Amino acid sequence: MNGPPLQTRRKLTSVDYICFGLVGAIIAYAVYRVSDVLVYNWNWSRVFNFVIYYDEEKARYVPNLLLKGIATTLRLAFWATIFAATIGLVMGYMRTSKNLAMRMISRCYVELVRNIPPVVFIFIFYFFLSGQLMPLVGLDDFDKNGAFVSSGVFYMLFGDPRLFSNFVAGALCLALFEGAYITEIVRAGIQSIPKGQWEAARAVGLSPFDVLRDIIFPQAVRKILPPLAGQFITLIKDSAIVSLISIQELTFLATEVASTTTKVFETWIIVGAMYFILCYSFAALFGHLEKRALRARR
Amino acid sequence: MSNTSARPQPDPDTLIAFEGVGKWFDQFQALKDINLSVKQGARVVVCGPSGSGKSTMIRCVNQLENHQQGTIHVCGREVYGNMKQLEQVRREVGMVFQSFNLFPHMSILQNVTLGPIRNSNLSRSEADDIALHYLERVQIADQADKFPSQLSGGQQQRVAIARALAMKPRVMLFDEPTSALDPEMINEVLDVMTELADDGMTMMVVTHEMGFAREVADRVVFMDEGRIEENCGKTEFFAGGRGERAQAFLSKILQH
Ligand SMILES: Nc1ncnc2c1ncn2[C@@H]1O[C@H](COP(=O)(O)OP(=O)(O)OP(=O)(O)O)[C@@H](O)[C@H]1O
Ligand SMILES: [Mg+2]
Repeated sequence: MNGPPLQTRRKLTSVDYICFGLVGAIIAYAVYRVSDVLVYNWNWSRVFNFVIYYDEEKARYVPNLLLKGIATTLRLAFWATIFAATIGLVMGYMRTSKNLAMRMISRCYVELVRNIPPVVFIFIFYFFLSGQLMPLVGLDDFDKNGAFVSSGVFYMLFGDPRLFSNFVAGALCLALFEGAYITEIVRAGIQSIPKGQWEAARAVGLSPFDVLRDIIFPQAVRKILPPLAGQFITLIKDSAIVSLISIQELTFLATEVASTTTKVFETWIIVGAMYFILCYSFAALFGHLEKRALRARR
Repeated sequence: MSNTSARPQPDPDTLIAFEGVGKWFDQFQALKDINLSVKQGARVVVCGPSGSGKSTMIRCVNQLENHQQGTIHVCGREVYGNMKQLEQVRREVGMVFQSFNLFPHMSILQNVTLGPIRNSNLSRSEADDIALHYLERVQIADQADKFPSQLSGGQQQRVAIARALAMKPRVMLFDEPTSALDPEMINEVLDVMTELADDGMTMMVVTHEMGFAREVADRVVFMDEGRIEENCGKTEFFAGGRGERAQAFLSKILQH
């Protein structure tokens, strides 16, 4: 016997006010400690100038290091997501394959990534990629003055051409890392398709490729879009670790700003807020899209 | 009653031929020395208690399950391993499942056109014509633009039949096509199957609908514990020319 689902309350009660009060008191105490006991000299505008500042010569506001950093973070997340999704799709399919060798390869990949700390993983792959692979494919010495390279489109997609191979290495590292998690999402998506769908597709004589393309992937993708969107947001946050291999994204530049201004608190609070705004906006956007998709499906 | 008389001859009229087929799930033997041949135009009803291997046997025909012993020929080709040959065989064999297994992300029309488009390089409009023809035949053409979840069970099963027919198969396999249906929908599906039989379609049907068997079948196969225990003409089977176990099984299902 199931009762009606419990209604989530929308009105605030006295209990809620007590909760708010407690949280407020803790925050107030923390502020008091910092301002009174720490005797810290706050200077927000100094750091804020590194987000955006007023250029007297050009007579307009210009984005500064931290905004450029967040642009690089976004670029990284964009490319890493594309690579990671490709890796995840292939590896995720291999995870469910009948072929033992394929299953073993993809399993090894996933376990390797999951059981090595991200920082260590990134270091290993970065030095392999930048030391071996990049020179091999000649990414280091491409024409930095070509028409496409000096165009705005290139800058928008990849950032500063001088840092291109560095950027690619960073995106690949991130992708290899996140790809393992997408692999597991894809595997779960494929395995959630009932056996009857495979059988019905085979029974009409579809080739193994057509079975995947027409029946399994379309249904799996619908199921895994929400977790994939979540993984994208995780990827934005995780991208902070590539600051350790000198990719000039938000966290890397924040370290520089913090050390030149010596305003450590302000810098990291502002950077934290920037990450929050970015990630929360994406979360809200995806949530909205998901609701709309649900409604569209009757 | 033994099944030795069912040894298949190398005969172009024989569409399905099982010869000494054995099948194991790990240690458990689900099929034991199956010999059966189904001729062009034959209508074979397969019955037997739950777990006796009916589904396993019928699914070996298009290799949704692989057998490990003996040979199976379908339309003169041996079914085994080779993917390309298997796809060929599967296009000659239509299959209808207990749980319909329509593709939920495709419209009814797309469900039916998928096979013809992918397998015989038809254009979309040619495939649509074929699909509508078969949807007409199962009297559901007016629902062509809906999605499977919007249809009743009986309607979904009729779409599944149309999907199988659109491949223009030479044999149709049915695995308990009505046992997931509400009672009032069973007949609409059986009617379609009866019509199909009247048109001369070769059919292999796993079912407990003895009324249907009596009316449509020309042969009844009774299975028990992975073996074919009976394989005889319909009249013989219903007139009492059956063994003890078949007798016991029949009286059980005829009671309700
Ligand atoms: N995938 C599988 N793995 C292991 N055992 C299986 C599998 N499929 C079927 N079996 C076993 O094989 C035997 C035959 O199963 P099968 O589904 O062919 O029986 P059935 O005659 O169709 O029964 P029902 O009337 O319940 O559909 C059963 O004992 C079943 O437990
Ligand atoms: Mg069964």
